[in-house]
Amino acid sequence: MEELIRCKGVSKKYGRTLGLEDLSLSIASGKIVGILGPNGSGKTTFIKVLSGLLMPEAGEVLIDGKPIGTESKALVSYLPERPYFSDAMRISEVIDFFEEFYRDFQREAAERMLQTLGLDPERKISALSKGNREKVQLILVMSRKAKVYLLDEPMGGVDPAARDFILKTILTNYNEDASVLISTHLISDVENVLDDVIFIKQGRLALYKSVDEIRMEENKSVDALFREVFAC
Amino acid sequence: MGWKFSDDVPLYQQIMDGIKQRIATGDWVPGQKLPSVRELAVDAGVNPNTMQKALAELEREGLLYAKRTAGRFVAEREEIKGRLQEEMMQSYVKEFLGNMESLGYSLEDTVALLQKISDQEERKGE
Repeated sequence: MEELIRCKGVSKKYGRTLGLEDLSLSIASGKIVGILGPNGSGKTTFIKVLSGLLMPEAGEVLIDGKPIGTESKALVSYLPERPYFSDAMRISEVIDFFEEFYRDFQREAAERMLQTLGLDPERKISALSKGNREKVQLILVMSRKAKVYLLDEPMGGVDPAARDFILKTILTNYNEDASVLISTHLISDVENVLDDVIFIKQGRLALYKSVDEIRMEENKSVDALFREVFAC
Repeated sequence: MGWKFSDDVPLYQQIMDGIKQRIATGDWVPGQKLPSVRELAVDAGVNPNTMQKALAELEREGLLYAKRTAGRFVAEREEIKGRLQEEMMQSYVKEFLGNMESLGYSLEDTVALLQKISDQEERKGE
């Protein structure tokens, strides 16, 4: 295991609103890590900083030793919170797009997963249900042989069966030497697949522990601990 | 095969218990080859590192063994099944007695109750 992600003193403000405040942490390869926090705590900001979509005002971010830039972005496969494919495109066109755009994209893997789902690649994005749209997007993101997967709310607004599919897709497809970061507030759904959890509270790191440690030391699930730490 | 997990015990320990149960009930037989870590992890819906940790612990306990290139197998010693059954029976009985005690039943009360239920069952069978 080697260090894949390193943040030192990262801060990001939106005007006077705080996004992230002096965030320092390190994530090793081969880990599935949950980025957990209530709405507005800074989860998405953190993911966007790692993906290179947002520039922090202060601090340093390294992905596999490289500062955020073209090189780091090539290592990162990012699933945004909201689908961004054009409604007018067909699934096959989105696949073409990914193939052209990302050198590490594995077309066969994507096509195999679509087949499992029984989705015809000639269908238009606009004809897909919300759940299928999210699944298609995840399939594309997980079909890259990336070093870091950043998944922002991969299960937002889909039914429990779709959640199972999404978790299985993640578990089956990530590289063993990659890291997967999953931001979510649906903790009970993901906690069994996580190695470690990071709690973000008002832009600050509130807790960074392994799921086993939490269960052993606190005798409770991550979900239960979350409800305590973030009780209103 | 379904996996159910509780909240307060580390997952790898629950997986170890689940696998022991499979060996004790004969669901997994001595010498049987196990699926890959990844396949087992996906099946259980857990992290591959967690599955790996559980399998490594079971190897240390001698219930599984690994061949360098061929994969991982259920240990071939027949006495293991009996040992695991014994362990499980002990823990079931202890749990049962604990529950009965919390209801205010002493060991003697419980034994008497078991005898009564057993007699009733016998009479039903006649």
